[in-house]
Amino acid sequence: MTLEGGVALSATFPDPSGAAAPAGLEVSPRKKLGFGGWFALVWLALVILCAVLGSILPGVSSFNTTFLDAASSKPLTHGHILGVDDNGHDTLSMLVVGARASLEVAFGAVAAGILLGGSLGLIAGYYKGVVDLLISTVFDVMLAVPALILALALVSFLRGDPQKTHWPAEVVLIIALGIVSTPVLGRITRASALTWSQREFVMAARAQGAKNFRIMWREVLPNVLPALFSIALLSVGIVIVAEGGLSLLGVGIPFDQKPSWGNMIALFGQSNLRDAPYLVFAPIICLFLTVLSLNLLGDVVRARFDVRESSV
Amino acid sequence: MSPRRKGERFSDAPLEGPLLEVHDVITHFKTARGLVRAVDGVSFSLERGKTLGIVGESGSGKSVLSKSIMGLLPKRNVVRGGSIKFEGREIGSATQKEMQHYWGTEMSMVFQDPMTALNPVMRVGKQITESLRYHLDVSRQYAQDTALTLLESVGIPEPQRRLREYSFQLSGGMRQRVMLAIALACGPKMLFADEPTTALDVTVQAQILDLLQAQQRDRFMAMILVTHDLGVVAGRADDIAVMYAGRIVEKAPARALFTQMRHPYTEALMKSIPKLALPSHTRLESIAGRPPDLVNPPRGCSFAPRCPYAQQRCRDEEPKLEPVGTEGHEFACFYPVGTPEGADALATNQAATNQAPTNHAAGAPTSGTI
Repeated sequence: MTLEGGVALSATFPDPSGAAAPAGLEVSPRKKLGFGGWFALVWLALVILCAVLGSILPGVSSFNTTFLDAASSKPLTHGHILGVDDNGHDTLSMLVVGARASLEVAFGAVAAGILLGGSLGLIAGYYKGVVDLLISTVFDVMLAVPALILALALVSFLRGDPQKTHWPAEVVLIIALGIVSTPVLGRITRASALTWSQREFVMAARAQGAKNFRIMWREVLPNVLPALFSIALLSVGIVIVAEGGLSLLGVGIPFDQKPSWGNMIALFGQSNLRDAPYLVFAPIICLFLTVLSLNLLGDVVRARFDVRESSV
Repeated sequence: MSPRRKGERFSDAPLEGPLLEVHDVITHFKTARGLVRAVDGVSFSLERGKTLGIVGESGSGKSVLSKSIMGLLPKRNVVRGGSIKFEGREIGSATQKEMQHYWGTEMSMVFQDPMTALNPVMRVGKQITESLRYHLDVSRQYAQDTALTLLESVGIPEPQRRLREYSFQLSGGMRQRVMLAIALACGPKMLFADEPTTALDVTVQAQILDLLQAQQRDRFMAMILVTHDLGVVAGRADDIAVMYAGRIVEKAPARALFTQMRHPYTEALMKSIPKLALPSHTRLESIAGRPPDLVNPPRGCSFAPRCPYAQQRCRDEEPKLEPVGTEGHEFACFYPVGTPEGADALATNQAATNQAPTNHAAGAPTSGTI
């Protein structure tokens, strides 16, 4: 009786675990990239390609090339899809060439921020106590100063005398924005390192005789990285915008040396907004799409790495 | 500091005498509520190749004791005292740097929860070879081979494949086996097993315990097996120490403890093990009340508020751990179980309970939870 019942039951409701693919092989919905993820990847790949190849790309005129006959022509005129500015620079070419300066500064600054903030945060979170207090206080003091003002001050300090500049503008910006992003990245790292240092495997590593540096480097850091990376991707977007802000204030990369999205917005926004808004909106849209893509990618990265934590 | 070679390990350590001598160890935590006396004067000694079982309920200080002996507790807000001698050398006040000579190579630990005690982002093989490479200064290939042998010896099927896997790909029992392999990697002389089976399925608990015992015998390691379950140490430990409120209340060779237990707490622990022979729906025995507050421990014997044998003397005076009867048997009680004094005390209390049943029933648990 019971046996028959059992058989009938299992016949009506086949065991789902038996029918489904073995665990681990099937891709959970969270692991799929989705439209946003794909869009972000394609856009970022395009931007990075532009940044790397720059004026080598076919059809892209170098920044110094001028088309005086076509000066300030509207978009979609022959040969100039996005038009030409007052000085006869092709807008699309400027965008392509400008991607390099923008990305250089953004990724460079965030890399510097990760290096500095990440290591300080890791040390603070692992050692706790006085070390933590000291480092956290420095972070707090830096966060208390408005970011743009801090960046402005750092840039003018690092540039020194404008008559005999020894560092290229990009390097100055990378250092300045790297320092500005240090407390943000540092605090995230510290918070994450604090929780991971409490975990038992850290004590287990200690009980096996591992030294502090080794534990920080091998046990804590790899666990902190996912959190750090998703924040770092967001920071790249923020730094691109900040570079534009600094250009607007006149301390970014000079437009006549090298176009960047930031200084294009600054320059054309001041002089051409009324008569040629497309000159301003082209870099703004590029900036927007890049920041959006970085955000979307940051979400994807977080979702991917969180899977491991939640499935444990 | 350069990595130490294998030959240096047995340099000047005397081979006679107990491996570990613990005398009057104190571990107090400074908290906002006051000083928590987690371990309050514990002494014992452990010979090479022997197993000591430490039994006690949650909060009795047994885990803190093992971490304290290994020096794994943080320095801040921790008060440590007493003497811990490993191979005749004092390590009770050693710094972290000095303890690094002992961790992994001389003593190591198997943790309670293998879920959290393995690094989730490091391959299992790497976690085993890491300490091998560091402590014994062996080649990468040799470390790999040793890791493989270790995984095999702790009973992991397909060790070659498991070496490349991450901890979340393994089952709970498997992870605990890996933990054991890591702990055994450098051939420690002493192994602390801190409730090694608490987080595991009942079905694999016995396997892991048998494995621990087999490894301990094969390697002639001393082992301290910390557990809350008398059943776990039965037949596995040479000596058993029963801890309550940060102190050892009874200590005896395993056989003596089970056949002639003297402390009422040991008896209560024993009674709280469900027996298969009893008919179903028999009420399970439990110990009324809760362990005492370790910030303000009660005056006198700390078990007195929950003890069915307790007399006025127990509440005023603190019994000392004294050797009595069988060789190696010590207990701290004025009215021990199985003696005329104890029987009298129990009879007196039972008579009082029968006269005023509500009073006693309500009184005992609350006084324990102060």
